[in-house]
Amino acid sequence: MEFAFTDEQLMIRDTAQAFLAEVSTSEAIRAAMATDTGYDRQLWQQICNDLVWPALHIPEQFGGMGLGYVELVAMLEQMGRYLLCSPFYASVCLGVNSLLLAGSDEQKKQWLPQLAAGTTATLAWCDGSAGERGGNWNADTISATATPDGQDYILSGEYRYVVDGASAELLIVAARLPGSVGAHGISLFVLPAHTAGVSRQTLPTLDQTRKQSAIQLHRVRVPASALLGKAGNAAPGLQTVLDLAAIALAAEQMGGAQQCLDMAVAYTKERVQFGRSIASFQAIKHKAADMMLRVEVARSGVYYAACVAQEALEGGPLAGELSEAASIAKSYCSDAYFKNAAECLQMHGGVGFTWEYDVHLHFKRAKASEHFLGTGAYHRERLAQWLLDQEGAA
Amino acid sequence: MKLSFSPADEQFRQEVAQWLNVNLTGDFAKIRFRGGPGDEHMFQHERQQWEKTLAAGGWTCVGWPKQYGGRGCSIEQQVIFFEEYARAGGPGRVGHIGEGLAGPTIIAFGTDAQKHKYLPGIVAGTDLWCQGYSEPGAGSDLANVKTKARFDAEKNKWILNGQKVWTSLAQEAHYCFVIARTDANSSGHKGLGFFLLKMDQPGVTVRPIQQITGTSEFNEVFFDDAECDADDIVGAPGDGWKVAMGLLGFERGVSTLGQQMQFQNELDEVIALAKQNGAAKDPIIRQRIAKAHAELKIMRYNSLRMLSGQSGSDGSLQKEALIYKLYWATWHRALGELAMDVMGPESQILEGTPYQLSRLQAMYLFVRSDTIYGGTNQIQRNIIAERGLGMPKEPRG
Repeated sequence: MEFAFTDEQLMIRDTAQAFLAEVSTSEAIRAAMATDTGYDRQLWQQICNDLVWPALHIPEQFGGMGLGYVELVAMLEQMGRYLLCSPFYASVCLGVNSLLLAGSDEQKKQWLPQLAAGTTATLAWCDGSAGERGGNWNADTISATATPDGQDYILSGEYRYVVDGASAELLIVAARLPGSVGAHGISLFVLPAHTAGVSRQTLPTLDQTRKQSAIQLHRVRVPASALLGKAGNAAPGLQTVLDLAAIALAAEQMGGAQQCLDMAVAYTKERVQFGRSIASFQAIKHKAADMMLRVEVARSGVYYAACVAQEALEGGPLAGELSEAASIAKSYCSDAYFKNAAECLQMHGGVGFTWEYDVHLHFKRAKASEHFLGTGAYHRERLAQWLLDQEGAA
Repeated sequence: MKLSFSPADEQFRQEVAQWLNVNLTGDFAKIRFRGGPGDEHMFQHERQQWEKTLAAGGWTCVGWPKQYGGRGCSIEQQVIFFEEYARAGGPGRVGHIGEGLAGPTIIAFGTDAQKHKYLPGIVAGTDLWCQGYSEPGAGSDLANVKTKARFDAEKNKWILNGQKVWTSLAQEAHYCFVIARTDANSSGHKGLGFFLLKMDQPGVTVRPIQQITGTSEFNEVFFDDAECDADDIVGAPGDGWKVAMGLLGFERGVSTLGQQMQFQNELDEVIALAKQNGAAKDPIIRQRIAKAHAELKIMRYNSLRMLSGQSGSDGSLQKEALIYKLYWATWHRALGELAMDVMGPESQILEGTPYQLSRLQAMYLFVRSDTIYGGTNQIQRNIIAERGLGMPKEPRG
């Protein structure tokens, strides 16, 4: 048992931190926000070519670096902290993971080296009903259909809340056999985004640091080779992908919560009222202390979940804890990031209400990240079902 | 970063579990899960016997170096020991203040003679200790102690006068470590001494405090010309604060994992009750139970982070250690409230007279002390903000 970062992991984290502090400045974020894609293509090329971040946890045999989820989480923490506008989350945490979990060796050989080199991807599964079902994100929200047609499949339906859906070069989509319900009959397909019949619209988003889109499939014909795994059998793999994605998002949230604390402490130390730095008032210090508590607890939850995620990818003894660890991390970090962002805004006083300061970027991203993949309440209810509704469970 | 234990450590886990399985039986069966915080006054005799049994098996002071009679266990093995101990329902340890606080302080700061005199009795489970820090005028402001220690050259002894309060186990303890003012004209952190004081002497009077629970685990201790041998001061006169603060670092050690297993037992009881009486169907209760579960799980990993990392070279605590007291105390207090809300209307009714509380009712009341002793939540927040975040101190009045 070892619960500290190795030297190599520390190096990855520190390198990411130093790089992002330099490139993901307030000005750079705002410039990226204003683009159609939501990110700076040149910077993305640099990240892919020089730093090879998208290759991080892809196995070496598929063109990756073969590192693990702990390293990935260490990097995501820094991306969340510096609000990096990039397709990394969609491509790696949704795209790469879908292929790793559901793809055949042949499909991995075909696609993963491209993703490792910077081809962008995303995952589309839920329709708009995720919002109508009390913020549900599971297989019930998949309404797109996959109808077998000879050797091919015909995909039809619509998706919402697709991260970087309008800019991704590769789409992984979930669709069900016509007439199937719940977790039954779900399949995953991989297809180039420019395939005939695919239409995509960028949605205007509260959080401008991450683009979302709606996608419609109008009788899109894909070959059998596009099917990931067995037809109709993708629900468990998809759930694993979503759990891994929740852990990745929790890591970003934790980094964001840290940044809100750092910004609040720096600002209140400088700000003088009543002839004193306002950071010397207990009313301010106690808020900051609670923020630090939330950050450190969030960090412990994320590191734990990352270790479990690594075991889930390797088939280790703790693999069965993945969903629980994901819900623990996502519920805690969702609340922690939002609360820290809200307190950061309050501690900045009037300037926290301006467009000029960066506080609002976190305040908006915190709320958006809280809802994406399920709020704290959603994940706690998931935990409650395991704790309270199963016979014999403790 | 890796969560699983090595095969050798898993073997050790078997060994611990098996020993407890064999020995925590017979007369000791009735003290399983008893004598923890809130229940420390119960089964004193049996638990003192148990401490000696534990010692005979080599299971006291497992983390101490072998040269001082400890078992020399690695951090991983200590984690395993405390977890298995709590899982088996091992009773609240009467020797925990000696093993966790007095002993490590003597090992770190004591003379060879002090080590020789005091450590074997702690290891053997025969000498019990209590802690003489707080006073009526020195709670959060601990440095404001008024108890005085005057050196009597003729007797070659220190003579102590004053009052301590909130001293748990004082009636049972053989020794007390006391901070007292060696320089009568000093104030604050300066001029303090750290004494190892024998309890069984005419100058020491113990008076139990009846608590919110109706029971008495905490006491007042009065020193009226209490005597302490010249050799029984740890460090020099004036070093008391340094020694006392060093000791606070030992409190945040590996035993926190055992404490968490006790929390888990309590949460399990709350969950079992909720399933039984239907509270588990209430959406708000469900949220609160899930939150308690999630935060307890994270508490374990926070402790593992604390144990895996190194403290700063100046002995300062890392951030995950700085927040730990505030985190667990607040969590535990909320569990007490949750327990009563799961009990529902039955929370109003006691188990019997004169004031017989159920385990969950006793917990609800006792956990209010968690956010007060050992630094209140408010003091913890000051410490976190000032030491962890470098925020300026409040100007002092």
